[in-house]
Amino acid sequence: MSTTSVTSVSGASGPPASAVPLDADLPVVARRHPWRWVGVAVVLVLVAMFVHGLATNPGWDWPTFFQFFATRTIFSALWVTVQLTVYGTVLGFMLGAVLASMRLSSSPFLQVVAWGYIWAFRSIPLIVQLLFWFNIAYLYKELSIGIPFGPEFVHFSTNNLFGPLGAAVLGLALHQAAYAAEIIRGGIISVDAGQLEAAAALGIPRIRQFFRIVLPQAMRSILPNGANEVISLFKGTSIVSVMAIPELFYQVQVIYGRNSRVVPLLMVATVWYIVLTTLLSIVQYYVERRFARGTTR
Amino acid sequence: MIDVKGVHKSFGDLEVLKGIDLDVPAGAVTVILGPSGSGKSTLLRSINHLEKVDRGLVRIDGELIGYKRRGDKLHELREREILRQRSQVGFVFQTFNLFGHLTVLQNVVEAPVSAQRRKRSEVEPYARELLERVGVGDKADVYPRQLSGGQQQRVAIARALALKPKVLLFDEPTSALDPELVGEVLDVIKELARDGATMVVVTHEIGFAREIADTVIFMDDGRIVESGAPREVLDNPVHERTRAFISKVL
Repeated sequence: MSTTSVTSVSGASGPPASAVPLDADLPVVARRHPWRWVGVAVVLVLVAMFVHGLATNPGWDWPTFFQFFATRTIFSALWVTVQLTVYGTVLGFMLGAVLASMRLSSSPFLQVVAWGYIWAFRSIPLIVQLLFWFNIAYLYKELSIGIPFGPEFVHFSTNNLFGPLGAAVLGLALHQAAYAAEIIRGGIISVDAGQLEAAAALGIPRIRQFFRIVLPQAMRSILPNGANEVISLFKGTSIVSVMAIPELFYQVQVIYGRNSRVVPLLMVATVWYIVLTTLLSIVQYYVERRFARGTTR
Repeated sequence: MIDVKGVHKSFGDLEVLKGIDLDVPAGAVTVILGPSGSGKSTLLRSINHLEKVDRGLVRIDGELIGYKRRGDKLHELREREILRQRSQVGFVFQTFNLFGHLTVLQNVVEAPVSAQRRKRSEVEPYARELLERVGVGDKADVYPRQLSGGQQQRVAIARALALKPKVLLFDEPTSALDPELVGEVLDVIKELARDGATMVVVTHEIGFAREIADTVIFMDDGRIVESGAPREVLDNPVHERTRAFISKVL
């Protein structure tokens, strides 16, 4: 006798009040997870202790924090940070896209050049590279355009060409390009080869194959890693404080150098970094959603 | 219409095509059969230069594919020229290869607009008509992933037809489909055959070959072993290898 027939028989006649119910009629009780509740309790206590400390520990010195948080000095420093991030990202990813396409090209020459670039700029610590650019005038006082080893037509003073900000953008962008190149290349090779083959079989022009067929699908895996890079560059701009560029971190250092209120001023920088990173994460969410078209049923 | 002469192709040390000659007249349907690894797909792919041949040549409608003859040498064409030639050849893949981020209609419209520079306003109604013809007229605005395999392959056929190609090439069009979906795709291909399209079909569907082929070609180990009308090749094969293959597949 099969189970289904038992159920249907009992369903038709209705179980007698005194009889033990059949297995198929028993209610289901979900598994309990008592340790989760213990975990929640522990975390809540720790968070409460931290918040309590923030409010009561005089070391945080909130009056000083609010005194500086929204001042003109901080805003202009924040603006420098944002500029460094935007220029570093845009130039870095543009150069990175070029490098990625070179590495994926069928030309061994282009492959080796791109590989060499990525090798070099991933090998040199960013801070070392930045200091090189900052001191470029020590190596080359003048740049000129002309025939190699021959006559020169135009001269620039290196110091006029790259101000400190220019040197910082250059260093950040060149560094970023090496990482962006690998992220973009990773995205492109993650697209099924059949997509390119179909595009080629249909005779779609080469540039269009890339921008219409491959890139939009590659964006799915480029975006999360790319956003990571942008956020990490945004915070990484604090490294250019070694070149005395008045970005956010340098500026709070200057202020606490004067008034010795180290912790509240570090908090000013921290909160601004958190606010802008949050904004970037929100942007990331919407951009990713846009590129997810056609990926779900 | 399609003229293949002395085509050789190797992948590394492995010679996949060992001198293929093939002539497909306009309006004829040629079905290529053979065990896997026999070079059927490579032959099909070399017809529209998705695969470069090492020796030999392919002509479609008299035009040399992939190369230009200068003196007594064949020079490979520039990519742009090759792409132009391909846009006159419809190719249907085993795994459909629809563009996943584009809707069904965008998939069909893409190549006529970008490769043949036809006007979108003129291509779109034609694309809808083609989708109607392959039986997915109501799916124009959904994404490929929302379709069954059979529907996806029919969209892929519409996409190939949208180029108004001179010839259609099918690379095992039903091999990736669930058995109950094979019929709907074969029906579409049969109808195209009845309308007089010039086609080369690589397949394992013997019954289908018998029904629509003007010529059946049996390939093994990089060579054409036998070719002729379906009645000859399928029912009275001369070669032992053809007999062995057909008895295994049937």
